[in-house]
Amino acid sequence: MRILNLAGRRLAASIPTLFLILIGIFLLLQFAPGDTVDAMMAQMGGGDAATARELRQFYGLDLSIPMQLGHYLWRLVRFDLGFSSIYGKPVASVILERLPPTLLLMTASLSFAFFAGLVLGVVAARGVNKWPDTLISTLGLIFYATPSFWFGLMAIVVFSVYLQWLPAGGFEDIGQAATGLARTLDIAAHLVLPALTLGLIFLAIYLRIMRASMLEVLNLDFVRTARAKGLDETRVVVRHVLRNALLPMVTLIGLQAGTMLGGSVVVESVFSLPGLGRLAYESVVQRDLNTLLGIVFVSALLVIAVNFLVDLLYARLDPRISAGA
Amino acid sequence: MDTLKRYFRSPAAIVGLILLLLIIGMAISAGWIYPRDPLALAGRPLIWPFSNPRFLLGTDNSGRDIAAQIFHGARIALLIGGAATVIAILIGVLIGAFAGYFGGWVDTVLMRITEAFQTLPNFVLLLVLVAVFGSTLTTVTIAVGIVSWPAPARLTRAEFLSLRNREFVQAGRTLGMKDLQLILGEILPNALPPVIVYASVVMAVAILLESALAFLRLSDPNVASWGNLIGLGRDVLRVQWYVAAIPGIAILITVLAVSLVGQGLNDALNPRLKGR
Repeated sequence: MRILNLAGRRLAASIPTLFLILIGIFLLLQFAPGDTVDAMMAQMGGGDAATARELRQFYGLDLSIPMQLGHYLWRLVRFDLGFSSIYGKPVASVILERLPPTLLLMTASLSFAFFAGLVLGVVAARGVNKWPDTLISTLGLIFYATPSFWFGLMAIVVFSVYLQWLPAGGFEDIGQAATGLARTLDIAAHLVLPALTLGLIFLAIYLRIMRASMLEVLNLDFVRTARAKGLDETRVVVRHVLRNALLPMVTLIGLQAGTMLGGSVVVESVFSLPGLGRLAYESVVQRDLNTLLGIVFVSALLVIAVNFLVDLLYARLDPRISAGA
Repeated sequence: MDTLKRYFRSPAAIVGLILLLLIIGMAISAGWIYPRDPLALAGRPLIWPFSNPRFLLGTDNSGRDIAAQIFHGARIALLIGGAATVIAILIGVLIGAFAGYFGGWVDTVLMRITEAFQTLPNFVLLLVLVAVFGSTLTTVTIAVGIVSWPAPARLTRAEFLSLRNREFVQAGRTLGMKDLQLILGEILPNALPPVIVYASVVMAVAILLESALAFLRLSDPNVASWGNLIGLGRDVLRVQWYVAAIPGIAILITVLAVSLVGQGLNDALNPRLKGR
């Protein structure tokens, strides 16, 4: 109960942040050349000034900026993100359609980065300053410096064009219209390369943090006690060290949630995945600012949600938190 | 002197420095080795690397010299990365210093704003900025700087929090020094070294951000940016994959060099933290 209370308070504290973001973005959009109506008129192939005036009145664009902001925020509270003239649907439903692939991609690459980073970090810390450590740390540095979109392109060349093991893009094969297990496997095959691509840079960060926190925990007194009791190394690492070394890793998930969402814009564009990131890109290209603003809103909500989950997880891993607060 | 000696004791730091000097050399010599516009047509399109001595790294889809674009791209990467880093550090130091020094409601307000920036995915914010202000070299550089300041701000704030009540600051206060004098003259010089070291991380990320933007064709199309070239190479990826491969390696080496130098500086300045 205490944990929920603590996390709930954290959640409430993020509401002002959310409002600040929305007001900032709204004001920013006032600087944008043209508005929704201009975009719609261009879409329709031009129109006369009278129609434009009517449309502006309909969308409330003739009001003063504070009034528009008030309207906008009031609509957001009711989850009404406006209408996308490009997609001809409410923004909320466009975003909802595009959300599942992105969530799937983020979950897959986060799990990959987290577990691979954990294993590599432990291996590196166990053989500190010997060749496995040097090799893993060097790989980590290179992964960190690799632009994800470039890695994605090279992965397509190797695994799709030359080896033909995996599909080069898309979310599933539309032609097959498969169901059940076949469809799941099909989607999974399409997700392998994007998840690896998006996860690469996080893998580099996770393995570095894991290595550092393992080294720190390995030197603590209780580890020496466990060894003195005669426990074998594997048990010492798994039962005593890992749980404590995991804390910084979990913190990092929350900190990296936003970066990962940003990275999915690029990765989804490389692999033409119909997700939120690709939607963000499309709405920039097509100047659909209504949709773009909606995506900003949903991304902020997602980051806050991930941090909330991390808080809960953190309290489970570290009993001192729920006891102390 | 000791710092310098400690820096050169690490092989990784030396490799990083050599790579960085190589890239700076490329940027300086670009106009001299390839005096022509790197975006001008030079020969037949899609010549493979090492097959024609006139175009060592081959040509791209429209027959432009890839080697020339790589050399001139070094300028763009260092220019955008460097300028964006300066902008991010300036904003970050300013906000972090005020928040840490004054505390109270100033701190609360400034940290709320920082938090808001950190809650937004910075690439998404970058897209919004480019959508609104356009994508010339200047606007892209400023936009990359604007999305990168929160981390240096937090770092500066932490330094100020630990320094603001030290004896030398209190001594200054009893001497009647004004807040601004204390911030700029007394605390900042002591708070700056870790922030400067952190600048290498900001620069590495800034170069990656710009190249991703250029790859999506949302950066300035009129400059020889490595990201632009990768975006172009994507159209002929299936057969002529070298067009995208070569500039990617250039980005990788640059980011690697900047990171290694930063890490080397960090280890040299904080010897106790080495091995972490």
